[in-house]
Amino acid sequence: MGEGRVGRGLTRRDFLGLSAGAGAGIVLAGCGGGPQNNPAVQGSGGDGGKTYDGPKVELAFWNGFTGGDGPIMRQLVEQFSSEHENIQVGMTTVEWPEYYQKVPVAVRSGKGPDVAIMHSDQLGTNAARGVIIALDDVAGSLGLKEADFAPVVWKAGIYNSNRYGIPLDVHPLAFYYNKSVMEEAGLDPNKPPQTGDDYMAALEELKGAGHQGHWVTPFPFTGTLSFESILWQNGGDLYNADATKATFNSDEGVEALTWLVDLVKKGYSPENVGDGAAGTAFENGKNIFHWDGVWTIAVWKEVEGLDWGIAPLPRIGSGTGFWAGSHNFVIMNQPSADPNKVQASKVFINWISEHSIDWADAGQIPARKTVRESSAFDELPQSPVAAQLDSAHFVPPVPGIGDVQPETFDIAVNEAVLLRKEPKAALDEAASRADQLLEENRQKYQA
Amino acid sequence: MATQQAEQPRAGASPPPGKQPQGAKRERRDFIGASPVTPYLFMAPYLVLFFTFVLAPVVYGFWISLHEWDYLLPGKPFVGLQNYVELFTPGSVTSGPFWKSMEATGKFTLYSAPLLVLVPLGVALILNRKFPGRTFFRAVYFAPYVLGVAVVAVLWRFLLDPNIGLVNYYLGRLGLPDGIPWTTAVPWVWVTLVGVTVWWTLGFNAVIYLAGLQDIPRELYDAASVDGANAWQRFLHVTIPGLRPVLLFVVTVTILASANMFGQSYLITNGGPGDDTRTAIYYIAETGLRQFNMGSASAMSFMLALFLILISIVNFAFFRQRED
Repeated sequence: MGEGRVGRGLTRRDFLGLSAGAGAGIVLAGCGGGPQNNPAVQGSGGDGGKTYDGPKVELAFWNGFTGGDGPIMRQLVEQFSSEHENIQVGMTTVEWPEYYQKVPVAVRSGKGPDVAIMHSDQLGTNAARGVIIALDDVAGSLGLKEADFAPVVWKAGIYNSNRYGIPLDVHPLAFYYNKSVMEEAGLDPNKPPQTGDDYMAALEELKGAGHQGHWVTPFPFTGTLSFESILWQNGGDLYNADATKATFNSDEGVEALTWLVDLVKKGYSPENVGDGAAGTAFENGKNIFHWDGVWTIAVWKEVEGLDWGIAPLPRIGSGTGFWAGSHNFVIMNQPSADPNKVQASKVFINWISEHSIDWADAGQIPARKTVRESSAFDELPQSPVAAQLDSAHFVPPVPGIGDVQPETFDIAVNEAVLLRKEPKAALDEAASRADQLLEENRQKYQA
Repeated sequence: MATQQAEQPRAGASPPPGKQPQGAKRERRDFIGASPVTPYLFMAPYLVLFFTFVLAPVVYGFWISLHEWDYLLPGKPFVGLQNYVELFTPGSVTSGPFWKSMEATGKFTLYSAPLLVLVPLGVALILNRKFPGRTFFRAVYFAPYVLGVAVVAVLWRFLLDPNIGLVNYYLGRLGLPDGIPWTTAVPWVWVTLVGVTVWWTLGFNAVIYLAGLQDIPRELYDAASVDGANAWQRFLHVTIPGLRPVLLFVVTVTILASANMFGQSYLITNGGPGDDTRTAIYYIAETGLRQFNMGSASAMSFMLALFLILISIVNFAFFRQRED
């Protein structure tokens, strides 16, 4: 069958054309139905896809919100179901790492969700593997366009010039600080350091007061995320434009990693920080400047006696920049899809997107501009971070890109921060392996 | 095997030479008094399971290992033995990490298997004595085994955290070094992984040993005592020979279990530092289930299986030799 076409990531139309073909069994195994049932092709939803008045349907909605964000999403889903008599949504939560293994299997066996959440960097892989379908027509019928979102976020959902995700939120890396300890150490708790020099001076101050101020974690969360952020601040990038070569071992990358390693060497961070220990230490007032995702806001809120603040990452490099992820709504490649369900899914996506101010209680920054610019959002702790949203950087949605990081610069950051290897040596080694993996991916997905 | 060989000459005592096998077969059939398919029918339920869940997947797995295989991509090109060749080609995408992960598996097995064979034996010998509270202690030693690997690993990851863990905290209180990197630096990660595994699984082997110990006839000990054997001699000449079949089982199962270690290093050390504790199963799982390179992953699985088969053969040979 048409391997090349699927390899380049297929749009819904391509896919339907294919599925009518002889070899469809590979992707469609066990599924009935046919292309004529597909509402997207028919262009149903004459009202712009914002309402649904068909028979009662039940939607399966899957995501990986296992943290403090889970209950908030569940509540939103319940509210949606109570407001829509003919659409009932059942939510299933699976931890993210497992999620990306389970969803493709479920879709393949015809038991997948109708609508789901995926991170923007996973869209390319899942589009190329035929797990999710292009949503240009969904965005079109809902009247969603770039101007409704932050451009960086909107673009992160595009793979192979097709849209595969409707962005729900942005979750950047942010800078948390312990106000009471800063005050004790003679720092102004209302003026967190925002430049590299101020930051180092503040760490020195804290060190004088007996605090190791910035715990550097040798694990992806958030050691690697910190490395990526500073790399981008320095003007570097992880990969070249078409993601065929690794560039994270550039001078900008080495400088970024060296900065982190020096924090350990100069005693601003303890050695051998365990996975998750920096966050726990922040709760206990031992780690004072903590870099973590905005999704941890919900955690700090619950810690009694912790007087914390949040700011955008300090500018360590020559420019602003920080790592960010984005949760996107996706629709699964279910050839037997009931047109009513697809229409109901659109209504659901649009409704949650419009209500994403409630979702922001989980610490997330809503992707939708109207919500982000509302006065309700201004009052939330993450709003200062949102102000710099244009400096957010995303891992590009290239198929298989998610497999490169754990094998390469995650390991380099780990070994350098644990002082086992020099930053440059670690990054060079990782980069040559990354080149191999990128080449392998390119062949595999025939991009 | 042994019974079959013993039976044949007896059953086929009279038939003319050359026709012995046939005659033997007929005689036996008469003896059973049933159709020749009867034994197979009795075995059928197990065979169905064996073919469906063991043999078929093995054959299918081998077939997969001859391809570039992502179950969702329509193209699954046949590549022959390429996936195997790559494992033996220095500098290829898979060979470096694979052999490093085999090394990690080998190290873990080497460190953990002796402890998991000896420590439970000691525990079983103690628990086999009569003393008040014996049943309670038997339960205590077995208890960790009922926990899942996730519980065990998360628990110990917190306890052993280098900076905020309880273990280092109390070591510090006792005036001992309190900065031991239990989960982030060699060799401590191995101490952690082996220690946690021994704590977690020793109960299983201990229970097997206990059952074996209770099968050794008391009279043998009495006889040995009468002959003037001391406790050590009784252990060496009565207990150990009596436990030989159990030992073979324990050694084999322990080596296989250790060679399949995955959860502990996945959850406690994240395979680190670097990828020093990323075991073979860990790497195979990442390759096959996260990167969906199932062809390579299958080839690696066959290599690992080959090693385990060889080790098991050596193991059986060793114990059989000593039986003579």
